[in-house]
Amino acid sequence: MSATEAPALLAEGITSGYTEVPIIRDVSVSVARGEIVTIIGPNGAGKSTLLKTIFGFLQARTGRVFVDGTEVTGMPPERLVRRGLAFVPQTNNIFASLSVRENLTMGGFTLRDEVEPRIDRVLGLFPLLAPRLRERAGRLSGGQRQTLALARALMLDPSVLLLDEPSASLSPVMVESVFAHVAAINQQGTAVLMIEQNARHALAVSHRGYVLANGENRLEGPAAALLQSDDVRRLYLGE
Amino acid sequence: MASVADRNLVERRDDAGSGQAAELARRLGQAAPWVVLGILGVWSAVALTEQFVVGIIVGSLYALSAVGLTLIYGIARVSHFAQGDVMMLSAYLGFFVLTGSLAGAGATDVTLPVALEMLPWANERIWLFSFGYGLVLAIAIAAVVAVPILLAIDRVVYRPLLARGASTAIVAVSSLGIAIAIRGVMLLVWGPSGRRYSEGIRDTVELPGLPRIVADQFFIIATAAVLAVATYLLLYRTRLGTAMRATADNPDLARASGIDTASVRRWTWAIGGFLTAVAGCLLALQSQLSPDLGFLLLLPIFAAAILGGIGSPHGAFIGGLVVGVVGETTVGAGWIGPGYKLAVTFVVLIVVILFRPSGLFGSRS
Repeated sequence: MSATEAPALLAEGITSGYTEVPIIRDVSVSVARGEIVTIIGPNGAGKSTLLKTIFGFLQARTGRVFVDGTEVTGMPPERLVRRGLAFVPQTNNIFASLSVRENLTMGGFTLRDEVEPRIDRVLGLFPLLAPRLRERAGRLSGGQRQTLALARALMLDPSVLLLDEPSASLSPVMVESVFAHVAAINQQGTAVLMIEQNARHALAVSHRGYVLANGENRLEGPAAALLQSDDVRRLYLGE
Repeated sequence: MASVADRNLVERRDDAGSGQAAELARRLGQAAPWVVLGILGVWSAVALTEQFVVGIIVGSLYALSAVGLTLIYGIARVSHFAQGDVMMLSAYLGFFVLTGSLAGAGATDVTLPVALEMLPWANERIWLFSFGYGLVLAIAIAAVVAVPILLAIDRVVYRPLLARGASTAIVAVSSLGIAIAIRGVMLLVWGPSGRRYSEGIRDTVELPGLPRIVADQFFIIATAAVLAVATYLLLYRTRLGTAMRATADNPDLARASGIDTASVRRWTWAIGGFLTAVAGCLLALQSQLSPDLGFLLLLPIFAAAILGGIGSPHGAFIGGLVVGVVGETTVGAGWIGPGYKLAVTFVVLIVVILFRPSGLFGSRS
């Protein structure tokens, strides 16, 4: 990242939680343009809280969030998507009662026109969805749902994609395919910030990584270096 | 090794066998209410045609209101116990703009010097209806006026409660409070005695193969049908409608897709309120205006929405028709006294819910 170019996403000194007691304290992460960044950490480290705070579902007690150098602290999700942020929750990440096509249309809700070309473009990335456009999304298999969830989030061509444990509860084959998708999305120029339990796989496709523990920044560095780090290997990779 | 593999194979086949049987049983259970309701419907249409037709008329009123109720429940997350009283209030608003009448001191009415009735030919009867264009206009105005009233109630009562994390039960009880308040206003402004939109003669019409029905009832059915189709098209063919369904399905994901859910909520109250208000005016046309009538309708309307699968608009519509027909045919055929109409309706509701816990059109999850 050059000094003059603002990062695609910057969260600085975030303190946040659901109640009086903060779950994360003074946490900072940044994602440069075109970068894949993974946050790993044990259960309860506050990874999801951080993502939800960045995306405006939770209000930060302290700290600031910037997208492409513009401050967006406290902005609600429905406005953040217009600033180029997109979010795929870990669960309930599709509209189960809507058709696959309607899911994509809703992903492009803020587009006034050009919805159809965008659908075609997204289907180009995920051709498996094409024959299922008229199907109810709730009837899709686990892997297909995850694919649709990614496709919905990509409808607005976001500059930064936030992923909450994209590989959770998927079969090993589907895990491979989801991370391949993430890499492919990134190839198109979208920066990715994801949190993952599956640290080895996630770091393997990432440029950089953060380790969060007890709601605080513990480690940060290039993904390859984290994979080699003794602490990470012992604590998160089970070696 | 081979034997182990064989045994696995056999066991798996057994699993598949019992799985298929269970799946078949489940599907039969799912289909049973449809089959039974279908047979009863066709039978009553043939054997008790007169009661069936009345049931459809009354049912179409329930249906409209139940669609409003189910939209408000599904999207605004309010179990709206004031639904019946909002219907009646709208009916009175229509009465007021039509006649300009308010209850005065004592037994006499106060009549304002301006009212729709005073427009030229406003009460000139259209076709065989008992009313003229004045009432049609009055219903439209009442339905439009009901919208800001409901939006204000949502803004002042339900939304602040939900924003503070109030439970479904608390919001429901608060809506009961709104219901009682609305009834108080109706009693105060229009008095306790029943009123009618017009005192004119009610002509009947006879169509080949059908019993004689009051001409006004054609207006009721036609209006309900047009509004039901319009609501369907809105929900399934427009961007707003899809956003409404998306918000009902998954509000957080709707926000993450850039949908302004607060605005979707306002639209829901507007559309749901409009349907409810028209249903109330049509109900008053079918029977009469009375401050208590709305509350009496609350149970059948909830029954209709739950029977259809709460949150499902087409379910609520079908549910309304079923509730209407079941009530009218069992009572009309003389099998039971009129006092048990609601009891029979609820027996049907309970049986359907036992087989399909989420209603006829409810999602299975």
